[in-house]
Amino acid sequence: MVTKMIKKIEIKNLSVNYGTKDVISNLNLDIYQNEVLAIIGPANSGKSSLLKCLNRMQDFNPSAKISGDILMDGESIFKDEDSTFLRRRIGMVSPLPVGLPMSIRENVTFAPRMAGCKDAKELDHIMEDCLRKAALWDEVKDRLESLATKLSGGQQQRLTIARALSHHPEVLCLDEFSIAIDPVTTMKIESVLNELKKTMTIVMVTNVINQAKRLGDRTAMMLNGSILDIDINNNVFNGRVNDLRTKQYIEGFFG
Amino acid sequence: MEIKLSESPQLAMEWRKKKGNKPTGERIIEAFIKIAGLSSILLIAAILFFILKESYPFLVGSFDFKEFFFSKEWYPASVVKIRYGVLALLCGTIMVTALSMLIAVPLGLACAFYISEFCGPRLRETYKILIEFLAAIPSVVWGFIAIMMINPTIIKLFNVPIGLNILNASIILALMSLPLIISVGEDALRAVPETYREAAEALGATKWEIATKVLLPAAKNGLMAASLLGVGRALGETMAVLMATGHSIQIPHSIFEPGRTLTATIAAELGESPKGGEHYQALFAIGLVLFCLSFIVNLTADILIRGKRQ
Amino acid sequence: MFRPSNHLILKEIKEKKLKNLLSTITFFLFLPALIIILWLFFQGSSALSIDFLFMDPIEGMTAGGIFPAIVGTFWLVIISVLVSCPLGVIAAIYLSEYAKDNNLTRIIRLAILNLAGVPSIVHALFGLGAFVLFLKMGTSILAASLTLAVMNLPVIITSTLESLKAVPHSYREASWNVGASKLQTIRYIVLPNSIPGILTGVVFSVGRSAGETAAILFTGVAFYLPFLPQSVFDQCMALSMHLFTISTQVVGVPDAYPYATALVLILLILSMNSIAVALRSYFRTRRKW
Repeated sequence: MVTKMIKKIEIKNLSVNYGTKDVISNLNLDIYQNEVLAIIGPANSGKSSLLKCLNRMQDFNPSAKISGDILMDGESIFKDEDSTFLRRRIGMVSPLPVGLPMSIRENVTFAPRMAGCKDAKELDHIMEDCLRKAALWDEVKDRLESLATKLSGGQQQRLTIARALSHHPEVLCLDEFSIAIDPVTTMKIESVLNELKKTMTIVMVTNVINQAKRLGDRTAMMLNGSILDIDINNNVFNGRVNDLRTKQYIEGFFG
Repeated sequence: MEIKLSESPQLAMEWRKKKGNKPTGERIIEAFIKIAGLSSILLIAAILFFILKESYPFLVGSFDFKEFFFSKEWYPASVVKIRYGVLALLCGTIMVTALSMLIAVPLGLACAFYISEFCGPRLRETYKILIEFLAAIPSVVWGFIAIMMINPTIIKLFNVPIGLNILNASIILALMSLPLIISVGEDALRAVPETYREAAEALGATKWEIATKVLLPAAKNGLMAASLLGVGRALGETMAVLMATGHSIQIPHSIFEPGRTLTATIAAELGESPKGGEHYQALFAIGLVLFCLSFIVNLTADILIRGKRQ
Repeated sequence: MFRPSNHLILKEIKEKKLKNLLSTITFFLFLPALIIILWLFFQGSSALSIDFLFMDPIEGMTAGGIFPAIVGTFWLVIISVLVSCPLGVIAAIYLSEYAKDNNLTRIIRLAILNLAGVPSIVHALFGLGAFVLFLKMGTSILAASLTLAVMNLPVIITSTLESLKAVPHSYREASWNVGASKLQTIRYIVLPNSIPGILTGVVFSVGRSAGETAAILFTGVAFYLPFLPQSVFDQCMALSMHLFTISTQVVGVPDAYPYATALVLILLILSMNSIAVALRSYFRTRRKW
């Protein structure tokens, strides 16, 4: 449950255009501190693009045109020209598993090292901590120096999650994180997320409706670049929605 | 399952600066990177600039467009009457380039076709390495071979008095351009999607038919580009033609006669011409002509390659 | 049971003929190269000796050895690589990581293409006008090396660019996602994984520099020098120039000498190339992804 109604992120009139048509049109959304917000919706509804706006990864996409504003803690994230520091405050887990071409240890300590952490003990602590949270520690603790790219897809996905946690983000964004992971491990990670939300805000894009039901405090339904519905799970999953399409999607009539 | 949450949030704060701009060190390095990126433009502009600078007095002085390009009388050091006609040199360049391409392009493309379509992978690797080795032989060695090997062979084979002539230079240039034509041509053929070939084979076409009716049109641009790059190579070659074409500045009337190219002229005469003198400047003017020629050839080849990729 | 019809048999025979024809053509195209190398070896090996490699030329280059030429080539190559390599790599980094898809980038690409296509004698003219005269270096190792560096720049840029582009984009995104800056990503992820390709390009360009004649003709190399160069402002001799001179300008040279010189030059370049090819294969097996 949302403990305090402090707005962590406010999205105001966001529109994103990739050159041909609007991927996100005039979107308004408030995300509260320490909540888990699940975003559901069919493919191509703009969910991933929305996440990419949050940590300004769109900066690296030359064809993306963005209008509107996003505030974090009351300040526009576009204020500074350089978005590197923003991305240290936001953790991002992409749907495709990516192991950086270095050892597992170097993978997980990469982010803190880039941010300036030099203390070996602290790096070790972070590494073990994040690998445990990502439910990967037991499988790799004996081969931390081995190449991360040799891990299986599911392991690399958990490694991505560990990396996202390694720089102590205030906001954790997950883009369909469980696609490459088996159900048992997914459950482990979901329970971690439940703990983590005490110290961070979580935004989760998922295609698995039940996951939104299990984990989310609130759920938002996105379709064609706009938000149709956003409400607490109790309402959304019991049919008390504004837009009929939300109910139809949840019940599997399309998507 | 017990989850240990991070124990030392205070420690974490130290390197977790919340905001800021790019550190100055990064800004400086990125500025250097941008300058380096522009370096090639600066250099090509510098080349053009200096060639113009050194040839400028000649260009605005004794340079006569008609005489320069259409007179075959190149007597820059004459005591009697100084004339700057490069027609003979142009002819030399054109004949040598044309003949060498006549040899190299069909053979090179056939070879590219073979390596791309018929070769097994191991044989292909071997040939590719051989191509790289061939391409690595420096032009002065080719010129040496022209003098010591091709020269006597031509004399014996064709019963002519001199072996240092247009034919010699063309053979050498063909051998020098082959690696380039073959490798670019092979790239062009490899770039044709496998589906084209499969579709044609399913319709019962022979390899020859696939080659002429499917691959050739599809890879047309890349193959033309390969040939053009060969032309560019032949045009700009200096040492090998200098050593192979003999030493007579005349319009050759047959491929067995010696000649002179634009490039060889500069190499042969720059050392002797007094620095800053008119002869010297005229040689720079020839350099300018070469610069423009190679610019056109390379630009066209590039347009062809780029167009094909789209 | 199934007998191919006559039509199909004919087709197969035609195809076989075509294949044989092409493979013969190809074989004979490469044959000259082998013949040439063998011929050089036959003619020149008699003159190859330790003395030949380490002695100075004497008696108007009709005897002695080619040591100063080897030394000169060595200096030219080293300095030109030291200049062109960093500049080329950084320029390629700009093109791969920072350049936007606009007209400026197109012009840069065009400039690189032209730099690569400019005839070597025109490079010599540029070197003469810019380094020897304008920058007042005089005919020197420095001027000649810089000219060679300009010649090799496009090669280094292109091969570096290729290796940079071979690093999967997903790695860069993963790195940016965790808050590494662009420069950090380049330094810790992109560049280290491109070193093999860069090295290969550099080694290839070493071969090119060693064989180049026209570009160094008027910028720093002399036919014959009595002393070894003492500084970068001195002139030097070079293998390529030496071969040119003794095969066209000097009389009385023993037959085997030019062949031996050509052989040394070729062997030098081919060994550089072999190192490059070996490096390439080695790194291909050690790929981290």
